[in-house]
Amino acid sequence: MNLKRHEVIERSAFLLVILTLITIAIGGIVEVIPLFTIETTVEHVTGVRPWSPLEARGRDIYVREGCYTCHSQMIRALRDEVERYGHYSIAAESMYDHPFQWGSRRIGPDLARVGGKYSNDWHYAHLNDPRAVVPESLMPSYAFLARTPLDTDDVVARLKAQRAVGVPYKDEDLANALLDLRTQADPAADNAALLKRYPKAATVLGDGRAATELDALVAYLQALGTMVNFADPANEKPRQ
Amino acid sequence: MKIEAGDLAVGFLMAVLGLIGLFLLSGAADIEMYVFGLALAGFAVVFVFGLLRGHFDRHEHPAPAGYSEAPVYNEAPVYNEAIVKKFVIASMFWGVVAFLVGVILAAQLAWPWFNLGYSFTNFGRLRPVHTSAAIFAFGGSALLGTSFHVVQRTCRARLFGGEALANFIFWGYQFFIVMAALSYVMGFSQGQEYAEPEWHLDLFLTLVWVLYAVVFLGTVVKRREPHIYVANWFFMAFILTIAVLHLGNNLAMPVSLFTAKSYNVAAGVQNAMIQWWYGHNAVGFFLTAGFLGMMYYFIPKAANRPVYSYRLSIVHFWSLVFMYIWAGPHHLHYTALPEWTQTLGMAFSIMLWMPSWGGMINGIMTLSGAWDRLRTDPGLRFSVTAVGFYGMATFEGPVMSIRTVNALSHYTDWGIGHVHSGALGWVAFITFGAFYYLVPVLWNREGLYSTRLAAWHYWIATLGIVFYITALWVAGITQGLMWRAYDSFGFLQYSFAESVNAMHPYYVIRLLGGLLFLSGMLLMVYNLIQTVRAPATERRTPNQAASAAAGA
Repeated sequence: MNLKRHEVIERSAFLLVILTLITIAIGGIVEVIPLFTIETTVEHVTGVRPWSPLEARGRDIYVREGCYTCHSQMIRALRDEVERYGHYSIAAESMYDHPFQWGSRRIGPDLARVGGKYSNDWHYAHLNDPRAVVPESLMPSYAFLARTPLDTDDVVARLKAQRAVGVPYKDEDLANALLDLRTQADPAADNAALLKRYPKAATVLGDGRAATELDALVAYLQALGTMVNFADPANEKPRQ
Repeated sequence: MKIEAGDLAVGFLMAVLGLIGLFLLSGAADIEMYVFGLALAGFAVVFVFGLLRGHFDRHEHPAPAGYSEAPVYNEAPVYNEAIVKKFVIASMFWGVVAFLVGVILAAQLAWPWFNLGYSFTNFGRLRPVHTSAAIFAFGGSALLGTSFHVVQRTCRARLFGGEALANFIFWGYQFFIVMAALSYVMGFSQGQEYAEPEWHLDLFLTLVWVLYAVVFLGTVVKRREPHIYVANWFFMAFILTIAVLHLGNNLAMPVSLFTAKSYNVAAGVQNAMIQWWYGHNAVGFFLTAGFLGMMYYFIPKAANRPVYSYRLSIVHFWSLVFMYIWAGPHHLHYTALPEWTQTLGMAFSIMLWMPSWGGMINGIMTLSGAWDRLRTDPGLRFSVTAVGFYGMATFEGPVMSIRTVNALSHYTDWGIGHVHSGALGWVAFITFGAFYYLVPVLWNREGLYSTRLAAWHYWIATLGIVFYITALWVAGITQGLMWRAYDSFGFLQYSFAESVNAMHPYYVIRLLGGLLFLSGMLLMVYNLIQTVRAPATERRTPNQAASAAAGA
């Protein structure tokens, strides 16, 4: 290598800046841009829908409390993980997740398919006092969520912000957001319209009055990983 | 009385920031925006008072005659050392905070009782406080301070942009850190690791960072040395790349202008790739390139030897900055990220081993002929051990990036152990080494208050790291093996809860390691405070020489 040539770069702040920027740009461009352009990156499956208003608020709480610091939402394509947690996660299942919550650490178990695995009662008891249900657990208590009424003032604004970044909420969804939210937190309510807009949305154990933050979080947890029916042959083909 | 252009410009910036603060305060829709608006307005007001005080101080005590920025090649320039001192103090303070919060988190994992049951004391909210305090507050303050020191000395030029701007960079950066930590405990987070601050804080940091880049590059441009010294290449790559990463990863749509909550523009798999492009290069450029800049200045200085190989520096620099950017996908093996991306990430991660060790060799071999100094200079001992840990962590990293190894190590405590052998062994140790050298220089003291105490710090901290990383190696591999263990009937042998239970002893040992490291840090803080309190020596730094010339 001719060190004399490098001297030209060392003597010019401008050259050093420009060449450094070019050098660091290449890797990022090659790895990131194709993920937006190659169609097979997120293969189409049936069943994935935007989060219902209550689930979306629950997801906000999940992000707020930093649940991702201990729980992953990404089942890897490995035998033991599939046996422990269920079908490996596919890209379409988090296509409406802003931000993604795949996580990087399992201090607690993976939650990608926790929806429907436990009853509502179990979740309420567990979040209230984890060690009452799982003695070995290291999880903090989230009893305060049950005491905190869910702030619903800006639920429409939140859904609109998500629509702005690409989540396909329809005008009708936004118009009915508050109603849907209350319905999902009230076991006594008629949820036919909710289920039409958000298939499989699980009703949680609210008391029919104001929903709590705990109701929202449980609704979100109960929806995780339930949207895609992997037994459906229509969902088999693209993943060959 | 003449007002300095720099004061005026920063004063104007403060007026704008103050108005933005009041504007946000007037419409704040949540507690975070309310606090941020109020704090921003308060920050602007206090800063303007600081500017005024500085202005009148200068009027009453005019600058010495030696205070000249004339480009005379052989005349010693007068450096802005006050700003370096501030960053050194801040870095030490945040180091204690970061390690203390780390110890609390370790205690929470050993005994969940330590979560106390409040929302704001829970692990999930405190964990980003720990990571931000360690990386951005402790590490960041150390990097900003040492980069300002190094760039002035190696360019033989006073910091570009004047005192007011440098002070804004210092206080603006500290303000960002405090507000970020406060926002996490109040429950505001973007939900992406190491990029938790919400959009308004991201914008504020962007302002501070751009000004930092301007000051640093401006100093390089007005240098009185023909060459740009190698340490500055690394600092520059760090500053530029962090700016690009920060902007790329934090694009988000706020719920409203007056709401702190936002939603990231990218979703799912693309979001994952961008986040780990950011996340791994926060390691690569913040925690590696920046601290390599520190290594390339302070090790030759303390050893009083030139850098081992100039040629190796060039190869090391370009190959490192080129390859690091590609390594992100190794955080996403076997996930829904397309396999071609995973493979690229793995290939470059393995290749990265070579430039990393090139840097390690260049650092360690600089001591050729000066190894005896390790016996007498505990600061240099820290620096050299740091480079050793750097070599170890940059070997472990490529190994863990291999898909089949990653299948076992990912999601386990092995990752946490790996990060800490880098963060404690490399980042913290190279900083300690630099500060043990720098504090007597900056404050013009004969030497450290106590080299014995520094030696104690060295051994306590090293022991702490060894406890920490060995406990988490064992913990991580145990977890990985338990999760994939099958019994003789072909069923999974252990429930998840059993693997949690098995971690307890290792978590206690990790806590002990953390406590040792924190104790060492406290010894250092005491040692440095006593060093500063000791009387100044007659030895004259350029600044003192200039003042003396003016007084005569």
